[in-house]
Amino acid sequence: MSLAVDASAPPVAPVGDLRVDYDVIAGLIAPNTRILDVGCGDGGLMALLKERHGVRASGIELSPENVARAVARGLSVVQGDADTDLSAYPDNAFDYVILSQTLQATRNPKAVLENLLRIGKRGIVSFPNFGHWTVRTQLLLRGRMPNTGMLPDPWWATQNIHFCTIRDFVELCETMDVDLQRAIAMNRRGRRVTFNAPWWFWNLLGEQAVFLLSK
Amino acid sequence: MAETAFPAGADPITNRERDNERIRRGEVDTPSSLLMRFSEPLTLDSGAVLSDWQIGYQTYGRLNEAKSNAVLLCHALTGDQHAANRHPLTGRAGWWETLVGPGRPIDTDRYFVICSNVLGGCSGTTGPASLDPSTGEPYGLDFPVVTIADMVRAQARLVEALGIETLFAVVGGSMGGMQVLQWGVSYGDRVFAALPIAAGTRHSPQNIGFHEVGRQAIMADPDWRGGRYEAAGLRPKKGLSVARMAAHITYVSEAALARKFGRALQDRDMVTYGFDADFQVESYLRHQGSTFVDRFDANSYLYLTRAMDYFDLALQHDGMAANAFLGTMTRWCVISFTSDWLFPTAESRTVVHALNAAAAEVSFVEIETDKGHDAFLLDEPSFDSAVRGFLKGAARARGLPVGAP
Repeated sequence: MSLAVDASAPPVAPVGDLRVDYDVIAGLIAPNTRILDVGCGDGGLMALLKERHGVRASGIELSPENVARAVARGLSVVQGDADTDLSAYPDNAFDYVILSQTLQATRNPKAVLENLLRIGKRGIVSFPNFGHWTVRTQLLLRGRMPNTGMLPDPWWATQNIHFCTIRDFVELCETMDVDLQRAIAMNRRGRRVTFNAPWWFWNLLGEQAVFLLSK
Repeated sequence: MAETAFPAGADPITNRERDNERIRRGEVDTPSSLLMRFSEPLTLDSGAVLSDWQIGYQTYGRLNEAKSNAVLLCHALTGDQHAANRHPLTGRAGWWETLVGPGRPIDTDRYFVICSNVLGGCSGTTGPASLDPSTGEPYGLDFPVVTIADMVRAQARLVEALGIETLFAVVGGSMGGMQVLQWGVSYGDRVFAALPIAAGTRHSPQNIGFHEVGRQAIMADPDWRGGRYEAAGLRPKKGLSVARMAAHITYVSEAALARKFGRALQDRDMVTYGFDADFQVESYLRHQGSTFVDRFDANSYLYLTRAMDYFDLALQHDGMAANAFLGTMTRWCVISFTSDWLFPTAESRTVVHALNAAAAEVSFVEIETDKGHDAFLLDEPSFDSAVRGFLKGAARARGLPVGAP
C-alpha cells in the first residue's frame, strides 16, 4: 500500500455529544460547497457543516422519527434508503456525498459506493473497522461475535449487515478504480492513529476509519 | 299547541331543504366570505378567456408590515375557502381547523393565512354554477374547462391584488397539493416554502378511472339534463351522491373501514335479505353522499375532477417532471401517508425525485397512519408536528419570528 498516513492534523477529542467522526469529516470539507449526507440521522453532521462551513446540505434518512427531528431543525432531509433512492439523483449534483457510519448497514455497499461517486464529485465514507484488535480477540478467544463500543448491538439486532475491515474497504476501492485521497484511522474516542504506519497496523489499531474518495 | 308547531300543510324538512338550497345558491355568486372581483380578463390553458370573474376567499391572522408572512392554503377537490371558520351552509368547523388557528401548526398568530375557493368551484369563485353575465343563467357546460394551472393563475391574481409579492408558504393536500406543485413551477420566485401533501406529479390512470366513474354517475342521472338542471328547477342529487360515495371509499383505507365498521349491521340484528343499508359501512357512505349534495354543485364536480385528470407536470415539460423544477429556490417539504392508496407514497416519491434531480432543497416525510388519503384532514399528531417543524425552520430562514422552540 502506498497511501501516506495522514498525520498532519492534531488528534481530536469528542466535542459535546458530537460523534467523533463528525469532526474529522468536517475537516475534509471545503466551505460553501453542496453536500449530501446519506444516513444523516437527525441531521447533527449537516447542522455542524452548515454552521462551520456554510454548506448547502441535503440528507437522506431511513428513520421517520429522525427525519421529523431534522426537518424541525430546518434541515432538508428526505425519508429514504441509500440502497434504493440514490439512483434518482443526477450525476455530479453534489461536491461531497457523505456516508457516515452507514455503508455497513446497506444491502449493496458496492452499488451504494458507485452511486456515491456518481452523484458526488467526492465521497466521504466512515465505518467501524471489523479488523480492530478487540474485534479479532473476541472472535479468536471467546468464539463470539464482537461486542464493542463501536459495535454495541448483538448480532441478531444489529443494523450492520455488511461489515468490513479497513483493508477490505481499500481493496474494494482499488477494484472499483476509486482514488483514495485521504485516509484517517481513529480510536473510539476520536484519537487518530497519528504516526506513519503500514495498512496492517491501521487495520489492527483503528477502531474506525474515514476516507475521502474520488473517481 | 304542540301539534301546531309547524304551519298546517307545510313539511318542515322541505322548508329546511329549501332554506339550505337558497343559502347554497347564494354562496355561489355572493358568498358570505370575502370576495374579490376581477375585470382584467383571465386567459385559460384551453385558450378560453374569462372577462368578468371573481374569487371567494377567507383570511386569518394579520399581514405583517413587510408583507412577508402570508401563507396560501390550497383546498382539495370538494373543499372551499372555509378552512378555519364555521361553514356557512353546514355549520361545521373549518376543514383544516386541526392544522390552522392560533397556536396550531399553521399558526394564525404568526402567519397571515389566505384560503380561496378554486376556479371552477361553487363557493364564491367563478365556476359552472356561477351566473354567466352574458345570459343571466348559470354557465353549466358552457363554462370553459379549467386546469390546475388555471386555478393557480387565478390565485396569483388574488395574491397580487392583496399587495403580496412573495408568499411565505403555499400549503395543500391532494388537489391542493397539485396546486402547490404548480405554484412552485409557475411562480417559483414568489414562493419561499412549499408543502405539497398527498399529491403527485400527475394524476394516475387509476385515479382518472375513479373520476370517470363519478362523472358518469352524475351524467347518468336523468335530473342532470345535459348540465342544464337549474333551468329545469332540478339537481342530479342521486348521481352526485353516488359519485361521492364511490370517491369516499378511495379517501379512506381498508384498515380504517375495518376498524370503524367491520361487518357490523346498522340498527338490526340480522341481514334483511334485501337491498336496504344492512351494513354500517353502507349507511355511512349513503350519509356521506346525501350530505355532500346539500353543499356541492354537480357540474362543478365534473370540472374539478377533470382539472385533476389533466394534471401532468412532465407533460408540460418535455416529458421530464424534473425540468419543471429546474432552478427552483423554494424550500420544499413533501408529505405522504403510508395507507394512502389514492396518492400512495410512490407518487410523492416521484415528486421528491424530480426535485432532487433539479437540485432543489427538499424534505420528504412519510407519515405512518391507517387513515388513508384523508389523513391530511384528520387529527394526526406526527403530521401536525412535521408541518409545524418545517414551517418553523422555514420561518427562521425567512427571518420571521418563530418564538420559543
